[in-house]
Amino acid sequence: MIFITVQNLCNNCGFEPLNIPFPNREIKGGYCGDLLSWVMGRAGEDNAWITIMSNINVIAVATLADVSCVIFSEGTRPDDEVLSVAKEKEVNLIVSPLNTYDTAVKISGYINE
Amino acid sequence: MNDELVFHFDVDGEDFTSAGQASVMVKKNLRRLGLSPEIIRRVSIAMYEGEINMVIHAGGGVADVKVMEDRIEIVLTDHGPGISNIDMAMQEGFSTATDTIRTLGFGAGMGLPNMKRYSDTMDIKSTVGVGTTITMTVNIQ
Ligand SMILES: Nc1ncnc2c1ncn2[C@@H]1O[C@H](COP(=O)(O)OP(=O)(O)O)[C@@H](O)[C@H]1O
Ligand SMILES: [Mg+2]
Repeated sequence: MIFITVQNLCNNCGFEPLNIPFPNREIKGGYCGDLLSWVMGRAGEDNAWITIMSNINVIAVATLADVSCVIFSEGTRPDDEVLSVAKEKEVNLIVSPLNTYDTAVKISGYINE
Repeated sequence: MNDELVFHFDVDGEDFTSAGQASVMVKKNLRRLGLSPEIIRRVSIAMYEGEINMVIHAGGGVADVKVMEDRIEIVLTDHGPGISNIDMAMQEGFSTATDTIRTLGFGAGMGLPNMKRYSDTMDIKSTVGVGTTITMTVNIQ
Protein backbone atom coordinates (compact mmCIF):
# COMPACT_ATOMS: atom_id res chain seq x y z
CA MET A 1 0.00 0.00 0.00
CA ILE A 2 1.24 3.47 -0.91
CA PHE A 3 1.14 6.63 1.18
CA ILE A 4 -2.11 8.42 0.39
CA THR A 5 -3.28 11.75 1.72
CA VAL A 6 -6.75 13.22 1.91
CA GLN A 7 -5.78 15.63 -0.86
CA ASN A 8 -4.51 12.79 -3.10
CA LEU A 9 -7.81 11.06 -2.65
CA CYS A 10 -9.85 14.09 -3.71
CA ASN A 11 -7.64 14.74 -6.71
CA ASN A 12 -7.60 11.17 -7.95
CA CYS A 13 -11.06 9.84 -7.18
CA GLY A 14 -13.23 12.73 -8.31
CA PHE A 15 -14.38 13.59 -4.82
CA GLU A 16 -15.19 17.14 -3.79
CA PRO A 17 -13.19 18.60 -0.92
CA LEU A 18 -15.77 20.32 1.25
CA ASN A 19 -13.60 21.24 4.21
CA ILE A 20 -9.98 20.17 4.22
CA PRO A 21 -8.04 21.70 7.12
CA PHE A 22 -5.53 18.82 6.97
CA PRO A 23 -4.90 18.02 3.28
CA ASN A 24 -1.73 16.09 4.04
CA ARG A 25 -3.25 13.75 6.58
CA GLU A 26 -2.55 10.14 5.67
CA ILE A 27 -5.37 7.74 4.92
CA LYS A 28 -4.84 4.24 6.28
CA GLY A 29 -7.71 2.08 5.15
CA GLY A 30 -11.39 2.85 5.53
CA TYR A 31 -14.63 2.12 7.30
CA CYS A 32 -18.17 2.19 5.91
CA GLY A 33 -21.07 2.72 8.29
CA ASP A 34 -23.93 4.94 9.37
CA LEU A 35 -24.58 3.66 12.90
CA LEU A 36 -22.45 5.86 15.11
CA SER A 37 -21.62 3.32 17.80
CA TRP A 38 -20.34 0.88 15.20
CA VAL A 39 -18.15 3.57 13.71
CA MET A 40 -16.95 4.58 17.16
CA GLY A 41 -16.09 1.05 18.15
CA ARG A 42 -14.75 -0.31 14.87
CA ALA A 43 -13.35 2.44 12.66
CA GLY A 44 -9.57 2.58 12.94
CA GLU A 45 -7.39 5.59 13.50
CA ASP A 46 -6.69 7.39 10.19
CA ASN A 47 -9.41 5.49 8.35
CA ALA A 48 -11.44 7.26 5.70
CA TRP A 49 -15.01 7.00 7.02
CA ILE A 50 -17.65 6.66 4.32
CA THR A 51 -21.22 7.41 5.38
CA ILE A 52 -24.54 8.83 4.24
CA MET A 53 -25.14 10.34 7.69
CA SER A 54 -24.51 14.05 7.65
CA ASN A 55 -25.88 15.34 10.93
CA ILE A 56 -23.96 17.19 13.58
CA ASN A 57 -23.09 14.05 15.56
CA VAL A 58 -20.92 12.83 12.71
CA ILE A 59 -18.46 15.62 13.47
CA ALA A 60 -18.04 14.58 17.11
CA VAL A 61 -17.64 10.93 16.14
CA ALA A 62 -15.05 11.77 13.48
CA THR A 63 -13.11 13.84 16.02
CA LEU A 64 -13.24 11.20 18.74
CA ALA A 65 -12.58 8.18 16.53
CA ASP A 66 -9.61 9.95 14.92
CA VAL A 67 -10.59 9.19 11.34
CA SER A 68 -8.59 11.05 8.72
CA CYS A 69 -11.66 12.25 6.86
CA VAL A 70 -15.40 11.80 6.51
CA ILE A 71 -16.58 10.99 3.00
CA PHE A 72 -20.28 11.66 2.44
CA SER A 73 -21.47 9.21 -0.19
CA GLU A 74 -24.42 9.56 -2.59
CA GLY A 75 -23.59 13.25 -2.93
CA THR A 76 -24.96 13.86 0.55
CA ARG A 77 -24.11 17.26 2.00
CA PRO A 78 -24.18 18.44 5.57
CA ASP A 79 -26.10 21.64 6.21
CA ASP A 80 -24.33 24.95 6.90
CA GLU A 81 -24.46 24.54 10.65
CA VAL A 82 -22.73 21.16 10.50
CA LEU A 83 -20.19 22.53 8.04
CA SER A 84 -19.37 25.44 10.30
CA VAL A 85 -18.84 23.10 13.28
CA ALA A 86 -16.57 20.94 11.12
CA LYS A 87 -14.57 24.04 10.24
CA GLU A 88 -14.28 25.01 13.87
CA LYS A 89 -13.30 21.47 14.93
CA GLU A 90 -11.02 21.06 11.92
CA VAL A 91 -12.53 17.88 10.55
CA ASN A 92 -11.76 16.90 6.95
CA LEU A 93 -15.00 16.53 4.95
CA ILE A 94 -15.33 15.19 1.42
CA VAL A 95 -18.32 14.58 -0.84
CA SER A 96 -18.46 11.60 -3.17
CA PRO A 97 -21.13 11.43 -5.87
CA LEU A 98 -21.00 7.61 -5.71
CA ASN A 99 -22.82 5.32 -3.33
CA THR A 100 -20.97 3.89 -0.34
CA TYR A 101 -19.94 0.67 -2.11
CA ASP A 102 -18.71 2.39 -5.26
CA THR A 103 -16.91 5.01 -3.20
CA ALA A 104 -15.01 2.28 -1.35
CA VAL A 105 -14.26 0.44 -4.60
CA LYS A 106 -12.95 3.65 -6.16
CA ILE A 107 -10.65 4.30 -3.19
CA SER A 108 -9.45 0.72 -3.21
CA GLY A 109 -8.69 0.93 -6.93
CA TYR A 110 -6.65 4.07 -6.39
CA ILE A 111 -4.76 2.70 -3.39
CA ASN A 112 -3.85 -0.50 -5.22
CA GLU A 113 -3.06 1.23 -8.51
CA MET B 1 3.60 12.56 42.27
CA ASN B 2 0.18 13.19 43.68
CA ASP B 3 -1.05 15.70 41.13
CA GLU B 4 -4.59 14.91 40.20
CA LEU B 5 -6.31 16.58 37.33
CA VAL B 6 -10.06 16.76 37.46
CA PHE B 7 -12.52 17.79 34.77
CA HIS B 8 -16.21 18.31 35.39
CA PHE B 9 -18.95 18.67 32.79
CA ASP B 10 -22.69 19.15 32.82
CA VAL B 11 -24.23 17.14 30.00
CA ASP B 12 -27.47 18.55 28.59
CA GLY B 13 -30.29 16.12 28.05
CA GLU B 14 -32.14 15.97 24.74
CA ASP B 15 -29.64 18.31 23.11
CA PHE B 16 -28.33 16.35 20.18
CA THR B 17 -26.46 19.25 18.69
CA SER B 18 -24.00 19.58 21.56
CA ALA B 19 -23.96 15.87 22.45
CA GLY B 20 -20.40 14.63 22.69
CA GLN B 21 -18.90 17.99 23.57
CA ALA B 22 -17.70 16.91 27.00
CA SER B 23 -15.86 14.00 25.39
CA VAL B 24 -14.35 16.28 22.77
CA MET B 25 -13.14 18.63 25.53
CA VAL B 26 -11.63 15.76 27.48
CA LYS B 27 -9.85 14.54 24.40
CA LYS B 28 -8.37 17.99 23.84
CA ASN B 29 -7.17 18.16 27.43
CA LEU B 30 -5.63 14.68 27.36
CA ARG B 31 -3.78 15.60 24.17
CA ARG B 32 -2.34 18.61 25.89
CA LEU B 33 -1.14 16.38 28.69
CA GLY B 34 0.76 14.37 26.13
CA LEU B 35 -0.91 11.02 26.77
CA SER B 36 -0.51 8.34 24.12
CA PRO B 37 -2.96 8.40 21.19
CA GLU B 38 -4.13 4.89 22.06
CA ILE B 39 -5.07 5.85 25.62
CA ILE B 40 -6.75 9.04 24.43
CA ARG B 41 -8.73 7.08 21.86
CA ARG B 42 -9.95 4.56 24.40
CA VAL B 43 -11.01 7.26 26.85
CA SER B 44 -12.71 9.22 24.05
CA ILE B 45 -14.76 6.27 22.82
CA ALA B 46 -15.75 5.02 26.27
CA MET B 47 -16.71 8.46 27.50
CA TYR B 48 -18.56 9.43 24.32
CA GLU B 49 -20.83 6.40 24.53
CA GLY B 50 -21.57 7.12 28.18
CA GLU B 51 -22.19 10.78 27.45
CA ILE B 52 -24.55 9.96 24.59
CA ASN B 53 -26.44 7.51 26.77
CA MET B 54 -27.04 10.23 29.35
CA VAL B 55 -28.37 12.48 26.58
CA ILE B 56 -30.63 9.96 24.85
CA HIS B 57 -31.73 7.76 27.75
CA ALA B 58 -31.47 9.83 30.93
CA GLY B 59 -32.23 13.47 30.19
CA GLY B 60 -28.64 14.51 30.81
CA GLY B 61 -26.28 14.21 33.74
CA VAL B 62 -22.78 15.04 34.86
CA ALA B 63 -19.38 13.71 33.84
CA ASP B 64 -16.30 13.76 36.03
CA VAL B 65 -12.94 12.77 34.66
CA LYS B 66 -9.94 12.31 36.90
CA VAL B 67 -6.46 11.90 35.50
CA MET B 68 -4.26 10.01 37.94
CA GLU B 69 -0.69 8.83 37.70
CA ASP B 70 -1.58 5.31 36.61
CA ARG B 71 -5.10 5.62 35.26
CA ILE B 72 -7.92 7.81 34.06
CA GLU B 73 -11.25 7.53 35.81
CA ILE B 74 -14.52 8.55 34.18
CA VAL B 75 -17.64 8.84 36.32
CA LEU B 76 -20.98 9.47 34.63
CA THR B 77 -23.93 10.23 36.88
CA ASP B 78 -27.53 10.80 35.89
CA HIS B 79 -30.94 10.94 37.49
CA GLY B 80 -32.71 9.28 34.59
CA PRO B 81 -34.99 6.23 34.61
CA GLY B 82 -32.24 3.77 35.55
CA ILE B 83 -31.48 0.44 33.89
CA SER B 84 -33.72 -2.38 35.04
CA ASN B 85 -31.75 -5.27 33.55
CA ILE B 86 -28.06 -4.47 33.27
CA ASP B 87 -27.10 -7.86 31.80
CA MET B 88 -29.59 -7.36 29.00
CA ALA B 89 -28.51 -3.74 28.44
CA MET B 90 -24.90 -4.92 28.11
CA GLN B 91 -25.74 -7.23 25.20
CA GLU B 92 -24.66 -6.09 21.75
CA GLY B 93 -27.67 -4.84 19.83
CA PHE B 94 -29.98 -4.32 22.79
CA SER B 95 -31.51 -0.86 22.66
CA THR B 96 -34.62 0.94 23.85
CA ALA B 97 -33.85 3.98 21.67
CA THR B 98 -36.80 5.47 19.79
CA ASP B 99 -37.06 5.64 16.01
CA THR B 100 -36.36 9.37 16.08
CA ILE B 101 -33.09 8.74 17.86
CA ARG B 102 -32.22 5.93 15.48
CA THR B 103 -32.57 8.19 12.47
CA LEU B 104 -29.72 10.25 13.94
CA GLY B 105 -27.47 7.19 13.88
CA PHE B 106 -27.77 6.32 17.57
CA GLY B 107 -29.47 3.31 19.11
CA ALA B 108 -27.31 0.54 17.66
CA GLY B 109 -27.15 -1.06 21.09
CA MET B 110 -23.37 -0.99 20.96
CA GLY B 111 -22.72 1.81 23.44
CA LEU B 112 -22.36 -0.15 26.66
CA PRO B 113 -20.41 -2.95 24.89
CA ASN B 114 -18.04 -0.30 23.47
CA MET B 115 -17.60 1.19 26.93
CA LYS B 116 -16.72 -2.22 28.31
CA ARG B 117 -14.38 -2.98 25.44
CA TYR B 118 -12.40 0.23 25.59
CA SER B 119 -12.11 0.59 29.36
CA ASP B 120 -10.07 -1.54 31.75
CA THR B 121 -12.74 -1.57 34.43
CA MET B 122 -16.40 -0.64 34.27
CA ASP B 123 -18.93 -0.56 37.06
CA ILE B 124 -22.62 0.20 36.64
CA LYS B 125 -24.77 1.18 39.58
CA SER B 126 -28.35 1.78 38.62
CA THR B 127 -31.64 2.04 40.44
CA VAL B 128 -34.88 2.20 38.49
CA GLY B 129 -36.55 5.56 39.01
CA VAL B 130 -33.48 7.02 40.71
CA GLY B 131 -30.64 7.05 38.21
CA THR B 132 -27.42 5.53 37.01
CA THR B 133 -23.76 5.96 37.87
CA ILE B 134 -21.17 4.40 35.61
CA THR B 135 -17.52 4.37 36.61
CA MET B 136 -14.87 3.43 34.08
CA THR B 137 -11.12 3.40 34.30
CA VAL B 138 -8.51 3.30 31.58
CA ASN B 139 -5.01 2.36 32.68
CA ILE B 140 -2.06 4.43 31.58
CA GLN B 141 0.38 1.57 31.03
N1 LIG C 1 -27.69 6.22 31.44
C1 LIG C 1 -28.70 5.40 31.13
N2 LIG C 1 -29.91 5.54 31.72
C2 LIG C 1 -30.93 4.71 31.43
N3 LIG C 1 -30.84 3.69 30.56
C3 LIG C 1 -29.66 3.49 29.95
C4 LIG C 1 -28.53 4.32 30.19
N4 LIG C 1 -27.50 3.86 29.45
C5 LIG C 1 -27.96 2.81 28.77
N5 LIG C 1 -29.26 2.57 29.05
C6 LIG C 1 -30.09 1.45 28.55
O1 LIG C 1 -29.25 0.44 28.03
C7 LIG C 1 -29.55 0.21 26.65
C8 LIG C 1 -28.29 -0.17 25.89
O2 LIG C 1 -27.39 0.94 25.87
P1 LIG C 1 -26.34 1.03 24.69
O3 LIG C 1 -25.57 -0.23 24.62
O4 LIG C 1 -25.57 2.29 24.85
O5 LIG C 1 -27.24 1.10 23.38
P2 LIG C 1 -28.08 2.31 22.75
O6 LIG C 1 -27.68 3.57 23.45
O7 LIG C 1 -27.69 2.28 21.33
O8 LIG C 1 -29.52 1.98 22.98
C9 LIG C 1 -30.22 1.49 26.19
O9 LIG C 1 -31.03 1.31 25.06
C10 LIG C 1 -31.01 1.89 27.42
O10 LIG C 1 -32.19 1.13 27.52
MG1 LIG D 1 -25.73 4.10 23.72
